[in-house]
Amino acid sequence: MSFFEGNKMTAGYGNGPDIINSCTIKVDRGEIVAILGPNGAGKSTAMKAMLGLLNLKSGSVVIDGQEISKLSPQDRVKKGISFVPQTKNVFAELTVRENLEVGAFLREDDVNKVIEEIYNLFPILKEKSSQVVGQLSGGQRQQVALGRALMIKPSILMLDEPTAGVSPIVMDELFQHIIKVKETNVGIIMVEQNAKQALSISNRGYVLVTGENKFEGSGDELLNDPEVRRSFLGG
Amino acid sequence: MRKYLNIITAYSIMMILIILVGIFQSWSIALSILNYCLISAVMTMGANIQWGYAGLINFGIMGYTALGGLAVVLVSVAPVPEAWSAGGFNMITSLILILGIVLIVNYILKKYKNLKYKNYLIALVIVFGIILIRVVASPGIEAIEAVNPAKTGFLGGLGMPILFSWIVGGLFAAGLAFLVGKIALGLRADYLAIATLLIAEIVVSIIKHEDWLARGVKNVIGLKRPVPYEINLQTSPWFINLVEKLNQGKLNLISSVSEKKDILNQLVIDASSVYVKLCMTGLFLTVVIILLILTQKALYSPWGRKMRAIRDNEEAAGAMGKNVVKEHLLIFILGSAIVGLAGAMMVTNDGLFTPGSYRPMRYTFVIWVMVIVGGTGNNFGAILGGFAVWFLWVEAGPIALFLINFFTAHLDEANALKVHLIESAPYFRFLMIGVGLLVIMRYRPKGLIPEKINTKKI
Amino acid sequence: MELLNALILLLNYTIVPAITYGSQLALGAIFVTLIYGVLRFANFATGDMMSFGTMFAVLLTYYFQSIGIGLGILPTALLTIPFAIIAMILYMLFIDNFVFKYYRVKKSAPVQLAMVSVGVMFVTQAIIRIIIGPFDRRFLDGEKFILKASEFKEMTGLNEGLTIKSTQAITVVVTIILVSILFWFLNKTKTGTSMRAYSDNEDLALLSGIDPKRVVMITWIIAGFLATVGGVLYGLDKSYKPFVYFNNMLPIFAAAIVGGIGNPFGAFLGGYVIAFAEIFVTYAYKKFFTYLLPESLEPDSLVQLLSTDYKFAVSFSILVIVLLFRPSGIFEGKKI
Ligand SMILES: Nc1ncnc2c1ncn2[C@@H]1O[C@H](COP(=O)(O)OP(=O)(O)O)[C@@H](O)[C@H]1O
Ligand SMILES: [Mg+2]
Repeated sequence: MSFFEGNKMTAGYGNGPDIINSCTIKVDRGEIVAILGPNGAGKSTAMKAMLGLLNLKSGSVVIDGQEISKLSPQDRVKKGISFVPQTKNVFAELTVRENLEVGAFLREDDVNKVIEEIYNLFPILKEKSSQVVGQLSGGQRQQVALGRALMIKPSILMLDEPTAGVSPIVMDELFQHIIKVKETNVGIIMVEQNAKQALSISNRGYVLVTGENKFEGSGDELLNDPEVRRSFLGG
Repeated sequence: MRKYLNIITAYSIMMILIILVGIFQSWSIALSILNYCLISAVMTMGANIQWGYAGLINFGIMGYTALGGLAVVLVSVAPVPEAWSAGGFNMITSLILILGIVLIVNYILKKYKNLKYKNYLIALVIVFGIILIRVVASPGIEAIEAVNPAKTGFLGGLGMPILFSWIVGGLFAAGLAFLVGKIALGLRADYLAIATLLIAEIVVSIIKHEDWLARGVKNVIGLKRPVPYEINLQTSPWFINLVEKLNQGKLNLISSVSEKKDILNQLVIDASSVYVKLCMTGLFLTVVIILLILTQKALYSPWGRKMRAIRDNEEAAGAMGKNVVKEHLLIFILGSAIVGLAGAMMVTNDGLFTPGSYRPMRYTFVIWVMVIVGGTGNNFGAILGGFAVWFLWVEAGPIALFLINFFTAHLDEANALKVHLIESAPYFRFLMIGVGLLVIMRYRPKGLIPEKINTKKI
Repeated sequence: MELLNALILLLNYTIVPAITYGSQLALGAIFVTLIYGVLRFANFATGDMMSFGTMFAVLLTYYFQSIGIGLGILPTALLTIPFAIIAMILYMLFIDNFVFKYYRVKKSAPVQLAMVSVGVMFVTQAIIRIIIGPFDRRFLDGEKFILKASEFKEMTGLNEGLTIKSTQAITVVVTIILVSILFWFLNKTKTGTSMRAYSDNEDLALLSGIDPKRVVMITWIIAGFLATVGGVLYGLDKSYKPFVYFNNMLPIFAAAIVGGIGNPFGAFLGGYVIAFAEIFVTYAYKKFFTYLLPESLEPDSLVQLLSTDYKFAVSFSILVIVLLFRPSGIFEGKKI
């Protein structure tokens, strides 16, 4: 039994068709899990289902042994699950610091301390703290997005394509940050297009095809699986 | 057949309501209402083409209506030669200057596309042009407005048949729509609404304040008519005979000759007013039917289908290579032209042009209520909306008065609340229209007669 | 001396009135921009909502006057503003709950909501006319002038007088206080930041635990303040006539868009841009030039760019130009 699991989830948008089918994803604290698969496979959808942004037709979501399938997204956030969407994942018109403050909206205690911790993790954010996020570079924005999500001190962090649209150098930097976050005993689920790099920092990975689990295993296993290599890693 | 059942029912109810007005109030009032219903229907069809076919919000209906009205004055009123000789030259020079400015601006836009200071240059040309025009026009305007100001004080029109002005009204409106469309159609829907609303205000304020053009708030009265005048009818033997024949039974009951004559006289006067209105009704009905046939044909043509496809999915339609902007401009012009036509019809019906009366509540928002209530994208719905809302608009006062009296029947005649409410009865029409709009939008968002075509399948 | 006279002339007839009128527009424009930014629709009931709040102030002023409560040299209306604000807010929340909420929850298109606000406009207009009638009303009492032209002339020995009406001073002072509090609230408080966050990125705000219901409620409460205060200030300065309030919506929209719709500070400045433009373009500068130029060069026309009949037309033309060249407004800045 893992710390956070989505078990045999089946779900779709509204009354539309099922996008994910009996899909299962598990993660423990201090572990990175990568979700891979072709475009439109339902990777984002699986994450949204785990956060409660769409209702399950069957299956369950469990955190720390507690069934949360019926909770609203906000209530799941309160349980310590943080989510960084693929697009529009920052408040572009607010300053860096305000982004972090809004991220801590649910916290009752002293926010300044947590903000200092985030600044330690992402030093660039301290430097740019009073800049409007819309003016930052892509990589800096992703750090703001990560920082905002970390403000609730989550036990689980879900990242939807955190490195989309950034240069390879920035991508490496972001991956380093993600590893640092993992080391603070946070469980990370991450959807990635850059499969090889993602697997190289992940403990485990899932390959989704048309909403179903196709392969799963440790990072190395998947990297070395010839079929996975052929279909998803470009040989 | 079933498909048309609710349309037929709705129209029958409407007709019965108007007939009831005829029976209980008077036929003259009933026909006035019917005529205005027909005019409203034309306006609504115009707005519906824009909103229903293409999803464009035009909150400038008032402006196009007023332009249509202006056309009636400029086409049908006899020219005022004294005014022309006093200031005609200046005005024509100004007109040429305006054309010149437009040409220069166009030239700059075309030739110096990449010039950095293009916009400043254009601004300079316009500002300089305006000053020049003012210098040229001011003496002309003063001279024109000084010519017999109590009666004319304006250039007058072309002295042509008034029906011709209906077409000109449409053309005027089309011209304005072309300009506005070029400027504003690229805007987001709600910006477009605001921009068109404000541009209409500019148009009306020009018509209101340029007295040399159409007498401004001094109004133009006694416009020509495409139908006979009551006074002529009342002295025409054929008309008197007709009335006598129709009322034979009633008249035969009266023995006294002088009394008979008096009653016949009264009957002739009443009948002449009804006859005149009936003639108008005939004209308006012709317009409505022609427009209905044309718009229905357009709606079901490949072009209409394309338009709705664009409306329902602008991005996809754009990607499909359809020139959305161009089509939108065309629709905007067509719809506005129809509204301009309606504006001309209205002034013709009234026989007077009163620039001061053009207000957005009555000429933009009420029309929009008609469109929404009737049914977006459906011409039968649009016409019905024009009828139903206009009827409510006119009869709301009497209805409110009746209700107030009914609910305060137990109160003393001098009761302050009762007196206040009775005085306020006219304002209940706003309440009824507003509540009606909110209820329809909430519970029948597609209107009384919804659009039937499923665009998804196309 | 002549130069001073010319400046005082300009101050008296253009700058002071423009600052006053601009303040009144600014409050309305911030109202429009807040509703647009947070609730995401163009509110065509803006003018009539302002009229609604003002109506309460007018009625209460009459009532207070009848029972002899007053503020001495200040207008009684100032005393009634808090009550009028409460009535306004209750009305707005009522309307929101029974009308706008349904479309918000359904995530209807902004156009739909704008159209719904037209319905609200009709209803509000009807209620106002049924309660207070369509007439022109004055409800200003207390001291009318802070500085009279004659006093000023005596004091300075100049030809030109400077008049400052008490309503002008009140308008400016109240606007500065209200707007300062508002910007402090929006930028420095947790609730204000959450409002801006909600306006910027609704989905992410929800994920951050911001309660949309609360944001919407606070927005209407602020709107109630702005609408009522803006309306009362205008009514004190000119007069209260429902139709005029409906019409004022148009320059207010112009100010909000010129300032970049959704941007409260832009809307604030936009109010002044519109006011100054309207007044400067339609002012007759003849006397001004008579002071400055030697007699031989004195103009014999009015030296007026446009007649005052076109006051509104000026602001609308500015709007059209802004929409053409900078639809996002002429001021950079944070959006709500
Ligand atoms: N909001 C939505 N409403 C309806 N269908 C959606 C929505 N978002 C995604 N889909 C559909 O769900 C499928 C999977 O999408 P997604 O989960 O985003 O894929 P991935 O993230 O793996 O690329 C796609 O076919 C997409 O069209
Ligand atoms: Mg995705």
